[in-house]
Amino acid sequence: MSTVAQLQVGESLKDIQLKPVSRLDLIKYAGASGDFNPIHTIDVEAEKAGLPGIIAHGMWTMGNLAKLFTEYYEEGFIQDYSIRFKGMVFLNDVITLKATLKEKQENLLRFAVQAINQQGNVVLKGKVVYYQY
Amino acid sequence: MFKDQIGKLSNKVRNAVERGAVKKFAEAIGDLHPIYFDEETGRLSYYKNNIAPPTFPRVFDYGVIEGFNLPNKGLIHGEQTFHYERPLLVGEELYCYTKVKNYFEKKGSFGEMGFLVLENNGEDLEGKTIFSSTATIVISEAVRKVLTR
Repeated sequence: MSTVAQLQVGESLKDIQLKPVSRLDLIKYAGASGDFNPIHTIDVEAEKAGLPGIIAHGMWTMGNLAKLFTEYYEEGFIQDYSIRFKGMVFLNDVITLKATLKEKQENLLRFAVQAINQQGNVVLKGKVVYYQY
Repeated sequence: MFKDQIGKLSNKVRNAVERGAVKKFAEAIGDLHPIYFDEETGRLSYYKNNIAPPTFPRVFDYGVIEGFNLPNKGLIHGEQTFHYERPLLVGEELYCYTKVKNYFEKKGSFGEMGFLVLENNGEDLEGKTIFSSTATIVISEAVRKVLTR
């Protein structure tokens, strides 16, 4: 396992590609998070809301994105995590998660993070400030 | 429309970082790392405990802001932030509350949009803030018309 400390500015953590988004993924997230907004699980409700189909919870994708950092739990923690939701994630989309180190400032590592769909569109974009012990 | 609500607070609610809830949440975001659920891994870690994923505070009860009602449809989650003093420990208890942080309107491609910023906070039992998070909710003109009717 490599360490965050070895990372140089401009380098990235290893990308993670998620399995195609399934309805069960979103049902599970609804149950685990308590967010039962039906546009995430029920087709008819999504259509009523003017959507072509159910969409993933933004927080599902944001939750997934943070796992790029999980294996480094002994080295530090995510102090700040901010995200802008840029695009919708639909069923069967294949999402790739990315984090690139932009700046090192003593104990603070500033990453640009994003989630990209199979068309290469950014669906979620933001920053992680990682506090290194 | 929400301008007069800025600064309003909910009551504080005591929440536990429940072991089972953390595992279920980690599973739901495909992040089933042992640091979140395996007791031995937790005990041997820097934290001497299991921790919770950074977006876990989504599950807490933040109480109710009196006289404040959000529709449950037609809202868009625009932005989300989390700030931590340290990771949350499995088994610990926190007092959680929410605050109407800001509301403003901006003209956009879909007409006049409302932006509501809600801030969720978690304090330890001594009253020290452990995390705070903000959600920016975008409210379209159509929905605001229904709300003010």
